[in-house]
Amino acid sequence: MKAFGEVQAVDGIDLAVNRGMVYGILGPNGAGKTTTIHILSTLLRPDSGHASVLGHDVVREADAVRAKVSLTGQFASVDEDLTGQENLTLLARLMGYTWKRARSRATELLGPFGLDEAAGRQVKTYSGGMRRRLDIAVSLIASPELMILDEPTTGLDPHSRNEVWEIIRAVVEGGSTVLLTTQYLEEADQLAGRIAVIDRGKVIAEGTPGDLKASVGPGTLRVRVHSASDRPAAKLVLTRVLDVPIRLHSDPALLSAPIFDPAIAAHALGELASEGVLVTDFTVGQSSLDEVFLALTGHSASENTDVREGEKVA
Amino acid sequence: MSTSTIHAPREGISEAMAAVLVQREHPARIGAVGASLAHAWRGMRKMRHYAIATLMEVSFMPIITLVTITYLFGGAFSGSTGEYLQYVLPGIMVQAVVIVTVWTGTMLNVDITKGIYDRFRAMPFWQPSTVVGNLLSDLPRYFVAVSITIPVGLLMGFRPDGGALGMFLAVLVLVVFASSVSWIFAALGVVAGRPETISSSSMMVLFPLIYTSNIFAQPETMPGWLEAIVKVNPISVATTAARGLTHGNATGGQIAALLLLCAVITGIFAPLTMHLYRSKGAR
Repeated sequence: MKAFGEVQAVDGIDLAVNRGMVYGILGPNGAGKTTTIHILSTLLRPDSGHASVLGHDVVREADAVRAKVSLTGQFASVDEDLTGQENLTLLARLMGYTWKRARSRATELLGPFGLDEAAGRQVKTYSGGMRRRLDIAVSLIASPELMILDEPTTGLDPHSRNEVWEIIRAVVEGGSTVLLTTQYLEEADQLAGRIAVIDRGKVIAEGTPGDLKASVGPGTLRVRVHSASDRPAAKLVLTRVLDVPIRLHSDPALLSAPIFDPAIAAHALGELASEGVLVTDFTVGQSSLDEVFLALTGHSASENTDVREGEKVA
Repeated sequence: MSTSTIHAPREGISEAMAAVLVQREHPARIGAVGASLAHAWRGMRKMRHYAIATLMEVSFMPIITLVTITYLFGGAFSGSTGEYLQYVLPGIMVQAVVIVTVWTGTMLNVDITKGIYDRFRAMPFWQPSTVVGNLLSDLPRYFVAVSITIPVGLLMGFRPDGGALGMFLAVLVLVVFASSVSWIFAALGVVAGRPETISSSSMMVLFPLIYTSNIFAQPETMPGWLEAIVKVNPISVATTAARGLTHGNATGGQIAALLLLCAVITGIFAPLTMHLYRSKGAR
C-alpha cells in the first residue's frame, strides 16, 4: 500500500491515509478533529510541524492542495439565497470550468443527488438532508482526489443519514479517497476502512474497526443493581467471572464491563443471582464511544463535553 | 410514495454517482477577472431573487428627500421651488448614492460570515475576487440610486441645461464616485464584528459630511470658516462635478478633481480591503 499523505498537525497528530479508502477520525467535541482537517484543507496554517496531502505541502503548495481536495464543513457551505442549480454553477465556474460547462456540470450532478426537482428553488427552502446532499454535490464538482467531510451526518435524521452514507460509499467506488470525522462509533464502523481515535489533540488509537473493537471488547454488559449498597458485591462477582476492569458509573447503582462473548454475560448474570445480588435491569450491547474511550484512555469521552456519563443506560 | 420517486434506489444512486464522478477534467485555474465576474454573477442572481425589495430600498430615500427638501425649503432657499429644484437635484443624487455605498459594506459584512465563504477560502482562485465581485454586483444598485431622481425631478419641473448627455455623464461620474467610496465601507465591512457597527459608525461620519457640503446650499452664503470646510469636502467635489455636468457648465478642473479624488480613495482603500480580507481568511 502506498501512503499518499503523512500529517503532523499542531498537536502532534500523525496520520497516514491510503488512496481509495474511507478514513475515519473519531473523537468527542473539542478533541481536535475539526482543527486537523482544517489544516489539511488549508483553512488553517499549522503553527509548527508540517502536513502534506497528495504529495503537496499544505502551506507552501496550498493552491495545489486546494485543486485536489474538497472540504465539506459541519455547517452547509452553500448560498442560501441562490437556488441549488445556481450554487453548483457558481462553484463549478470558480473551479475553472467555462460558464457553459459549469451549467452542464450542475445539471449532471443534480440527478444523482436527488435534487433535480428542487434545482430551481432557493436553498433556504431545502430540508436539512437536501442541504447536506447539495453541500456534498458541490464538493464533488471537480471529482476531488480527496474528499474531506467534517461530521457529515451530525444533526440529520436516520433516513438522511443513510442517504449520506450511500453517497460516501459511491464516492469511494468512484475512485476518490474520503477522510471524515465523526462522533459516532457506528458511523466510523459502517464507513471507514481505518479509524484514528483522537482525544485532546492526540491520536490514542489507530487501526481497522475490527482492531479497535478487539481492543475494547465487542460489546458491553451494563448492570443496574437494586440499591447502591449492592454495587461492591456485584463488582466482586463480575471481576471474578469476567476478569476485566469493571466500570463504576456516576449513577451509584450502575456498573458495566466489556465482554468478549455474549455467553459469558449470561453466566455472569447467573452468578450474580446465585450470590444473592439483586439485579433490576441489564443490557448487553455494542460498545459506545464512551466505552471505547474509557478502555483506551481511562477517562470518559463525555468528560470533555460536560455530559454526565452513564445517563443513557437503560 | 413520494420519497421513492424523489430518491433513486440504492443501485441507481451508486451507478449515476459513479458516472458523474469519473469525469476528472482538471480545468485550468480561473483568472482574477473571471473569478470577480463569477462573484458579481452571484450578487446579481441574489439581487434578482429580491428585485422588488431592492428597488424599493434604493429608490425610496432619494425620492422622499427630493420631494420634501424641494417643497419644504425651496421657496426659502432660492425664492422659488422650481429654481431650487434645478440646484438641489444633482446633490440629492450624490447623497442617495453615498448612503447606498454604506449598505454595500453592511451587506458584505453579513455575507462573509456565511458558510459559503468557508468554501471560497479553500478554493484555488484569487481570493480578493469575492470582495471585488460583491462591489461589482452593487453597480446596478448605484445606478438606480443615482438615476431614480431624474424621472421624478422631470415630473416636478427639473429642466437640465446639459440635456440628456449631461445627465448621462453626471450619472456616470457619480457611479464611479460611489464605487470608489464603496471601498471605504468594504474595508469596514471586512473588519467589523457586527453589521450594526458599520451602519452606526458610517452615519456618524456621513451625515456631518453631507450637511457640510454644497448639496443643499451654496457655500458663498455661509460664514467664511464653514465655506472653507464645505469647499474641501469630498461630497462637495462630487456634487460640483455632477451639478456642472447636469447644467452643461462643468469645467475640466471640476471633473479632474473628482476623478483624482476617486483614484486616491480607491488607491488607498482597495488594497487595504483586500489585505484585510486575506489576513482575516488566514486566521
